[in-house]
Amino acid sequence: MTSQAASNPPGSRSLHRFANPGRFLRLADAVLPWCAGLTAIALAVGLAAALFVAPADYQQGESVRIMYVHVPAAWMALFAYTCIAVASAAALIWRHPVADLAARSASPLGAAFTFLALATGSLWGKPMWGTWWVWDARLTSVLVLFFLYLGHMAISNAFEDPGRGRKAAAILALVGFVNVPIIKFSVDWWNTLHQPASVTRIGVPTIHPSMLWPLLLMGVGFTLFFFTVLLLRMKSELLAARLRNLRMLSVEGR
Amino acid sequence: MTSRKKRRMTLIGLGMLALAGATAMVLTAFQENVTFFYSPSDLQNKDVPKGRNFRVGGLVAEGSVEKIGDGATVQFVVTDGGGTVPVRYRGLLPDLFREGQGIVAEGKLNGQGVFVANEVLAKHDENYMPPEVADALKRSGEWQKGQATADGAVQ
Repeated sequence: MTSQAASNPPGSRSLHRFANPGRFLRLADAVLPWCAGLTAIALAVGLAAALFVAPADYQQGESVRIMYVHVPAAWMALFAYTCIAVASAAALIWRHPVADLAARSASPLGAAFTFLALATGSLWGKPMWGTWWVWDARLTSVLVLFFLYLGHMAISNAFEDPGRGRKAAAILALVGFVNVPIIKFSVDWWNTLHQPASVTRIGVPTIHPSMLWPLLLMGVGFTLFFFTVLLLRMKSELLAARLRNLRMLSVEGR
Repeated sequence: MTSRKKRRMTLIGLGMLALAGATAMVLTAFQENVTFFYSPSDLQNKDVPKGRNFRVGGLVAEGSVEKIGDGATVQFVVTDGGGTVPVRYRGLLPDLFREGQGIVAEGKLNGQGVFVANEVLAKHDENYMPPEVADALKRSGEWQKGQATADGAVQ
């Protein structure tokens, strides 16, 4: 293994550096305190800014504050799925055990973000649109994303042989990835009740700077939160696996 | 990279391409069904379902909202710049309903070409700003420009 890695060109070596669980654990331990600390700061300042500093909207009034949770949650729902798809491709192509672990550890987080986006969107929709839910292209495709996350979680545990479950889950994650561009562009391709993008669009954001910076800060906080919890989940999985191995060894040794 | 890894990579790449192509074709085929509402100009140019419920969306024309009959029924004109359709609705209107604002109404066309709605939803655009900024924009005359680009709903 080491001789093979040494003979590879530098590019492929750097990719395989994180395939080693021991090295990953050391890296996670070094990064985690920083991630956790910055998450706390970004979310505390972001929430305070969103709830107290940012102005009310000229049309929506105070209800606009739901946006500071809804939009970052929706961004993370798409981001987490993209991470899962990339990690699944790496796991299928290079048989990369840590990538596989990352994909499986990220899906409950992604499901939680998607649920948060759906729930907060619904709470905003009732007073603003006049309805909790409509079957337009944006809302429906995000609901499909939620079910994809649930399916990914279920299928990776559905097999007697964990290896087969992982492979099936990775393929599902890749197939489901077609939904991500559909969600992003649904508001441009079709008439939807949901408004088009205000920040991630070509040209200047159509959101006033006094509302944009708290939103971006919340986005940073959500992203850091995602990585903190992802690293924690992966770490505990790896430690649990190590514990199982030790127990097996001690049983055999007896 | 070994040949097996290369093969797996090609397989996944081709699979994703085929999937994306198939999805694109399906979505193009179902274009009409995915669309949440018709615009007033669609009503004039396209075949819209007669005699069954559908949705129409656009801006509420300035100065067109009037109460008729019993006082609980409102009638207003929905426009997208190209076409217009009168909409009649009896019931509670959402908070964001106002002249110049986007709405989506669900209902049927009656014999006189009036769209009788059983539900009216407000459509929010992608502009977010404090009230003072909105007032300043209106005063300086920049408002119309901003509104026109914002109006993705009724292109």
